[in-house]
Amino acid sequence: MEFLNHLAFGFGVAFSLQNLAYCFAGVALGTLIGVLPGVGPLVTIAMLFPITFHLPAVPAIIMLAGIFYGAQYGGSTTSILVNLPGETASAVTCIDGYQMARQGRAGPALATAALASFFAGCIGTLVIALAGPTLGEWALKFGAAEYTSLMLMALVASAVMTQGDAVKGLAMVVLGLIIGVVGVDVNSGMARYAFGIPELVDGIGFTVVAVGLFAVAEIVMNLESREPREVYTGKVTGLMPTARDIKDAAWPAVRGTVVGSCFGILPGTGPALSSFATYMLEKKLARDPSRFGRGAIEGVAAPEAANNAAAQTAFIPMLTLGIPASATMALMLAALTLQGIATGPQVMLEKPDLFWGLIASMWIGNCLLVVLNLPLVGLWVKLLTVPYRWLFPSIIVFCCIGNFSVNNNPFDVYLCALIGVLGYALVKLECEPAPLLLGYVLGPLLEENLRRALLLSRGDPTVFVTRPISGAFTIATVLIFIIMVVPTVRTRRRTA
Amino acid sequence: MKPDLRSNRDFIAGLLFVVIGALAVALARDYPIGTTMRMGPGYFPTALGAILFLFGVYVLVRGLRSGEKVNGVWGARAIALIALSILLFGFLLDRAGMVPAIVVTFLVAAAAGREFRLKEAVLVAAVIAVFSVAVFSYGLKLPYPLLGSY
Repeated sequence: MEFLNHLAFGFGVAFSLQNLAYCFAGVALGTLIGVLPGVGPLVTIAMLFPITFHLPAVPAIIMLAGIFYGAQYGGSTTSILVNLPGETASAVTCIDGYQMARQGRAGPALATAALASFFAGCIGTLVIALAGPTLGEWALKFGAAEYTSLMLMALVASAVMTQGDAVKGLAMVVLGLIIGVVGVDVNSGMARYAFGIPELVDGIGFTVVAVGLFAVAEIVMNLESREPREVYTGKVTGLMPTARDIKDAAWPAVRGTVVGSCFGILPGTGPALSSFATYMLEKKLARDPSRFGRGAIEGVAAPEAANNAAAQTAFIPMLTLGIPASATMALMLAALTLQGIATGPQVMLEKPDLFWGLIASMWIGNCLLVVLNLPLVGLWVKLLTVPYRWLFPSIIVFCCIGNFSVNNNPFDVYLCALIGVLGYALVKLECEPAPLLLGYVLGPLLEENLRRALLLSRGDPTVFVTRPISGAFTIATVLIFIIMVVPTVRTRRRTA
Repeated sequence: MKPDLRSNRDFIAGLLFVVIGALAVALARDYPIGTTMRMGPGYFPTALGAILFLFGVYVLVRGLRSGEKVNGVWGARAIALIALSILLFGFLLDRAGMVPAIVVTFLVAAAAGREFRLKEAVLVAAVIAVFSVAVFSYGLKLPYPLLGSY
């Protein structure tokens, strides 16, 4: 069992006092910000990234990962208590979780969410430890052509799988790729789309794009919506679920974990789709489906397990292939790149402390979440009663400080305002920003691999189809495209 | 016809893509294209711009056909104030210091909300300023002057 040795090594790294402290800080901060209504993991990471910027690579990524699943976890607390998900992944938890809270069972709902997440987190960590090296070894065979078609697959999938319109999703990917072009071209040293502005020669910082696109747009959308928020302010009493609750929730949590683990690895799907899928599955399997939507504990356990499992396994393609499967992972990849770490199959061999230390710290982080959050539920409930009119200006201020501090340059802050306006317009026009972010992060990688692949093939584009692995990715891309896009085009024609 | 187009969701989205795509192609004309085998710096952006342009045309035409409207109204005031507050932060941090930048940004951003109460906002802004100074200046040791320019 080689992987046990690796895990032991990882725990050795993660259990150092320094890394443990950063893991704890990340989880605590992530939960704290993630609990705030309307702030999802993506905004939380973008906002808190500058704090980790000056740390060494291993503690930085450990802290960022902690922020990520802390925020994800905080989001489910918010869904249960406020009926306002921080992001789509916890939207499903709202349905039954909020009903449970209204029936005075907020405590068991929160505990179930925490325990199901913890269980899924443990399994997810094991899956990474087992599948990561295998996938990484396989990926060592990848050449430029394989990477190009894999990235195209991830981009097309992310565009097509978003809730919105597929064609607009694809357009957003391309827009993201164009934003990614800004800056110096590595091959020729030529500055592109820089307009003679020295700051643009270095490219646009990812915190600038993420904050502008997500935080600003989200805040303005929240300000516009006139629905009053209904916060469950009753006291959370009796945290522990009953024996019957545990019996009811156990299998859904297991099934959710399996579904989530699979979805997490697939490009473009991620936690959101997995929690929807598993909720549907539980509803089908239930003896009495009508209980769903009225506070069924399965409806909390299964999606929470699924989105946490998916959140964990989403690290696999990001770490071993260097290809993020979701916008949040794209942000993590960008953060790693800024730290000077090139992810990919070689990361396990060259930086085993990073790879295995991160995996071990994920498990520790999940542990911390349970230990930290169940006793602190009262604090989170208090935090939820903070009015939004105090929160959103504070978020703006912190985002500004963060953006400024990456380069100590006001230009980044100005650019963030501009991208914020663009982001608001795009959201208003129902163009999903997540594919744009993925395109923006993958853009430079895609261009580099595309160039190299075509140089090696002497300009013959069939290389993407004739090389077997690359061909498989290309066929998968075409299939995803046909399955998802063609029906919408056809129905639109019919209705038009 | 005109007011229709102004709230036609896909028409505007398509137009936005078309304009950005066209701009991307036009600006990339200055960069050598190269060949498919040896791509120059202009190859990739030109191709992207063209693809975005085509997607834009498709979305635009679809918008004209379906005539679907933008959901709700354009919250011009909110986005303008939020953007302004961010701009002010960048402008003031260099010139007036961190504390004024935080307070002004907070107040301008807060004014974007529907229930804006000046006294309360000033109080919360002060709290946030003290908190930020403690965390960022003393905790993380960011080198910005609290008051005054560099």
